[in-house]
Amino acid sequence: MAKVLVVTSGKGGVGKTTSTAALGAALAQSGQNVAVVDFDVGLRNLDLVMGAERRVVFDLINVVQGDARLSQALIRDKRCETLSILPASQTRDKDALTPEGVARVMDELREKFDWVLCDSPAGIERGAQLAMYHADQAVIVTNPEVSSVRDSDRIIGMLDSKTARAERGEHMEKHLLLTRYDPARAARKEMLSVEDVLEILSIPLLGIVPESEDVLKSSNVGAPVTLAAPDSMPARAYFEAARRLAGEKIDVSVPVEKRGIFDWLFNKKRVA
Amino acid sequence: MSFLGNLFAKRQQSSSAVARDRLQILLAHERGAGESGDSELIQKLHKEIMAVIARHIAVDQDKVQIKVDRTSGCSMLEIDVEVPQELLKKSGGERQRA
Repeated sequence: MAKVLVVTSGKGGVGKTTSTAALGAALAQSGQNVAVVDFDVGLRNLDLVMGAERRVVFDLINVVQGDARLSQALIRDKRCETLSILPASQTRDKDALTPEGVARVMDELREKFDWVLCDSPAGIERGAQLAMYHADQAVIVTNPEVSSVRDSDRIIGMLDSKTARAERGEHMEKHLLLTRYDPARAARKEMLSVEDVLEILSIPLLGIVPESEDVLKSSNVGAPVTLAAPDSMPARAYFEAARRLAGEKIDVSVPVEKRGIFDWLFNKKRVA
Repeated sequence: MSFLGNLFAKRQQSSSAVARDRLQILLAHERGAGESGDSELIQKLHKEIMAVIARHIAVDQDKVQIKVDRTSGCSMLEIDVEVPQELLKKSGGERQRA
């Protein structure tokens, strides 16, 4: 029986899709069966970020409406065989997702996989609510920036009131994933620090993903950063986060800026 | 110049501290607005008290601080209004604080 996880944020562009791909791949790389599901109907991108855009035949809406079987719509990743993608529809709109249909698909996914990661659309409307409704746990992706933190706070409130778990009176486990963190700017107090964000949102920290060129490079070539650049800082942060999701107790490493004399001379920054 | 600039900049609050404070005030407000019934009352009280004060003095909205403290038993609404010095002199130096 799978654990269903929603990756959500409220605000767009903070790294939900990147994080869904990276966490999903990291869990799958440890040998667990993982499905990543794109709920962003009309603006699907998980397939593109994962390099499966040319292999999409059927999508979530086809399965929800009974036009295709789940096994026909799932795309198995070519680099990691325990990782599958269920793409969203690009042409239909989100009204085609019925709550009953989504519930049926989620039940089927739960039986087949160890982990189901739902990539939520931005916003707090129907699409985002459907993505979170069946979740057992939530990963809230937040940038250290005022609008993102505010929207995350709003989403946390919704997770506690508008999900199946909340309706049953059960606790929804929530994890904060701080992305695009720039340790140098945080050190200069130009950016909200990890402590600031944790104090404001008061949910446990899953990981800190530093701002890095490797993230864009990976999405350019259509691979989760944990597969494309497994030794990079962001990939290491995602691997750690995945282990924490699986229940391991490991300390969150805070990326710190390391500047050697040469970096200083040439005014280069690097993150280590 | 930048050295001098840095020297002076340190005395100011850092932008991240400003961000944190703004968020804390805003979210304290928004978190209440979504759920409990008492926040509606507090909003109403806030509006009406402000209306009464505005009848007597011109209130600069930027100089009004609103704080809501929520403990399990009760909520406390604190409205801090800054009154210009000249006004106080005219009215005979009374303390005006709501």
